[in-house]
Amino acid sequence: MRLQKATRCALFAVLELAQDSERQVSAADIADKYGISANHLAKVLRDLARAGLVESMRGAGGGYRFSGNAKRVTLYEIVEMFEDVGRGLRPEAGDHSPIGQALNQVTTEIDEIAVSTLKSITLATLLKLMHRMAADGSLNLEDA
Amino acid sequence: MPDTNKGLTVRSSEASDVALVVQLDARITGLNKADYWADMFERYGKRDDRYFLIAEDSKGTLVGFIIGEVRAWEFGSPPSGWVFALGVDPDTRLMKVGSTLFEAICACLTRSGVDTVRTMLARDDELNMAFFRSQGMMGGPFIQLEMALTGGSQGEAS
Repeated sequence: MRLQKATRCALFAVLELAQDSERQVSAADIADKYGISANHLAKVLRDLARAGLVESMRGAGGGYRFSGNAKRVTLYEIVEMFEDVGRGLRPEAGDHSPIGQALNQVTTEIDEIAVSTLKSITLATLLKLMHRMAADGSLNLEDA
Repeated sequence: MPDTNKGLTVRSSEASDVALVVQLDARITGLNKADYWADMFERYGKRDDRYFLIAEDSKGTLVGFIIGEVRAWEFGSPPSGWVFALGVDPDTRLMKVGSTLFEAICACLTRSGVDTVRTMLARDDELNMAFFRSQGMMGGPFIQLEMALTGGSQGEAS
């Protein structure tokens, strides 16, 4: 499953900030750390702020801070803000043919598994996974 | 084997627990399955490498249960642990009852000599799936398949 650029930006930003909800991080620092466009990230952060997941802090040392509940917010909630996932298939030519209907049954199964996976992983669980991978040496730290 | 975590005690089930498990399960699922749980106790409460564990709070009230066993060579899998029932009193949610039970059964399964634990969940069972994920479980190498048997076979004889 390949996530769109905006979705990846949002996940990087939210997860970076959710590691420590007291910490304020500038958009430039997040963009630099993950090698993503600062302009693109700024737009994504505005969307995340509107959703109440991050808040913008003004003044010296300002930046963004996580304002959600990492044990409650799932990856699905972030992903669905930026792309269609699990919202049913858009009608397309050939859908009503026997082959189209059978194909839709298979792609629906794939979508349902993806949605179920994204809905079951909270931000806290993903961060725990990252720490576990770091502890057992399975993270590639050369590219980090 | 008593194991404690913040006032919780985990122990093996006893015959006298079955009625309380039936009550707790009925509160969670809305279904009374007395015969099923009596059978579960007979099959899993009394044998080696099968575990039917009970969690009690500091007052001795039953607040959860978990059941699992070691299974070998199903679907070609080497011996591994399976957890196939977990129930937690909804009033004690977020009090680590589920994670205490899960840690306890994982310890039992490890002592039985396996290094993997599995479970299976309904795709839309978000609560339990999020719980098991939070414990570190990930999608495994097996995929569950099924088909309806009513209305005739959907496959061709080979």
